[in-house]
Amino acid sequence: MTEFGPVMLLAVLLVPLGSAALLALFQDDRVTGRLNALASLVTFLASTSLFFARPEPGPFLIVDDVNVVFIVLNTFVAFTTSVFSASYIAHELETGRLTPVYLRFYHAMYQTLMFAMNLALLSNNVGLMWVAIELATLTTVLMVGLYRTPAALEAAWKYFILGSVGIALALFGTILVYLAARSVVGEGLDAMAWNVLVKRAPSFDPHLLNLAFAFLLLGYGTKVGLVPLHAWLPDAHAEGPTPISAVLSGLLLNVALFAVLRFKMVMSANPGALAPGPLMVTLGLLSVLFAAFMLYRRHDIKRMFAYSSIEHMGVITFAFGMGGPLANFAGLLHMIFHSLTKSAIFFSVGHIAQIKGTQTMADIRGLTVTHPVLGWGLVLGVMTIVGLPPMGIFMSEFLIISSTFARQPALAVALALGLLLTLGALLWRLNGLAFGESLGKDAPSDASFIPMFAHLGLVLAAGIFLPPALVSWFQYVAGLLG
Amino acid sequence: MDRLALDVAHLFAGGLVLVSFMLLYQDRMFGLLNIFALHALVVSLSVAWQAHIQNAPHLYITAAIALVVKAIVIPVALHRIIVRLGIHRTIETVGGIGQTMLAGIGLVALSILVMLPITAEAGTLTREDLAFSLSVILLGLLMMISRRNAVSQIIGFMSIENGLILAATAAKGMPLVVEISVAFSIIIALIVVGIFLFRIRERFDTMDVHALERFRGGQP
Repeated sequence: MTEFGPVMLLAVLLVPLGSAALLALFQDDRVTGRLNALASLVTFLASTSLFFARPEPGPFLIVDDVNVVFIVLNTFVAFTTSVFSASYIAHELETGRLTPVYLRFYHAMYQTLMFAMNLALLSNNVGLMWVAIELATLTTVLMVGLYRTPAALEAAWKYFILGSVGIALALFGTILVYLAARSVVGEGLDAMAWNVLVKRAPSFDPHLLNLAFAFLLLGYGTKVGLVPLHAWLPDAHAEGPTPISAVLSGLLLNVALFAVLRFKMVMSANPGALAPGPLMVTLGLLSVLFAAFMLYRRHDIKRMFAYSSIEHMGVITFAFGMGGPLANFAGLLHMIFHSLTKSAIFFSVGHIAQIKGTQTMADIRGLTVTHPVLGWGLVLGVMTIVGLPPMGIFMSEFLIISSTFARQPALAVALALGLLLTLGALLWRLNGLAFGESLGKDAPSDASFIPMFAHLGLVLAAGIFLPPALVSWFQYVAGLLG
Repeated sequence: MDRLALDVAHLFAGGLVLVSFMLLYQDRMFGLLNIFALHALVVSLSVAWQAHIQNAPHLYITAAIALVVKAIVIPVALHRIIVRLGIHRTIETVGGIGQTMLAGIGLVALSILVMLPITAEAGTLTREDLAFSLSVILLGLLMMISRRNAVSQIIGFMSIENGLILAATAAKGMPLVVEISVAFSIIIALIVVGIFLFRIRERFDTMDVHALERFRGGQP
């Protein structure tokens, strides 16, 4: 088994990279769509094997208890999104919104993005992780601008400017972490390796770590979409192709938050350093409340769910900021449920926008009447994302609020207020979208609904019964997060 | 460390901050490009000097990249793009030059006040270079928010990168990963210059980012 692990580890990285090169060469859209899905499936299977055969950490790559669940989640959502993407993109070609040349570019970029995200999750080196997140930013900028409409260009430009400034700040923070580690660990690769950093963190200079964390939180926090650094997020979600919105919300935000979590572990291992919790709680709560109010004023369906992503990233950041075994446990669960649910919602929204030919919510009505499967899928997705029982998100949000209430009642009340406001906004909009008389075009849809219902089914199943083995494992990771 | 080596390193790092200020008050497109080329030249000299005094030959590669790509290729390419698109007019700024310069001075003071006390153990060269590089980064940010023009925003971003290179070389012995990341940043700059400028031009007939504001979708 020891030789099996490293091979699979490399497969998780090299399959996306190789297929990116391959997909750039192929012309035929039917072949490329399937090849994209196949490559994503192989990557997913390779990543699940990391559960069983875990390679030894090297100077650049590591598989440990913290990242293994994220890597499996990442490759799983990447696979289901690629299935959705195949039917979505075929429709875009038919309507002429995309030309075959752009399609090749799109598929190559999709796999490059997967490579970058997997690398960011697997890297055992703060510098390598930074490079991977930068590569992910670059590829998503290009994909957001894919349609080349003025609005898409504005979104891509805004995302590029804010994203690269965030990335620049994060690099400065990374350099400061290296400086803090250098005087203890010595020069060289060890001073940038996660497993060494966490182990030796107690003797780092706390002042350097404090400053570094401020830069890292702001830098990677921009990528997470925390208020007030969120300005790029709604535009990027609304104007890019919908599979990319699903991947952005479901995966890339998680990857950036994962980077913050890694650094938080270093911070909390150092007794003299500033507690990272209050900063994260503040940013998280601000995001939840801000997004909750902004949801009422949205007119574009993808933009609305982008604000819902800001809200949920706020909830997760809040949970990890509170810290402690229970809140961390709930935060981890929420991260996973949000990824699955939000990408499922974007799958349905993508099909809806294609059927109706618009993203403006005022022009979409009565979906459950004309397209029962799609309409009820959206209803189910929105019910899940607002946190109604018995879905998984209800459980994780309930855990976050109840564990906060025991320690900081005022914060729990504020968070609950934000969640209720969101619930109101989304249900209000859902009522208009899903019910009433049908409005607008109602072309039949030949889309595949399996990815959407697979995700929602998983969240439902987890909300009803979470296997004890999984629970104890999550509790263990939550303990590691401090 | 010998006194002269330290002084020369200071000269270059301080010079970089000075050139950052020159970028702040440039209001003509070609002037901006020339000053940016100077900025990149100073950073490459600074990195080369660090390579010399730290006995770290791999840093010469970083210096060479900064010199060739940022001091020569990108300015020349941007120059040609600007000529071809016929946009060599003055740059619109947000707020007056005087206010921007004052804000810049404030940022430099801030970064010195922040960096010097906390890096007391890190050695003179590292701590002063870090203070300077944070100044360059903050000045680059200031430039990006005080300009409406896409070209000057790209240049502002690249000057931030120069500040980061200075910081990375000042952190003695930082592994090669940084050089890889610098190469990545250069690719970014190239892609952005290549793709975005042409796309923006294609659609709007203007390079003024302000014009993009009209297309904020989804709002009534």
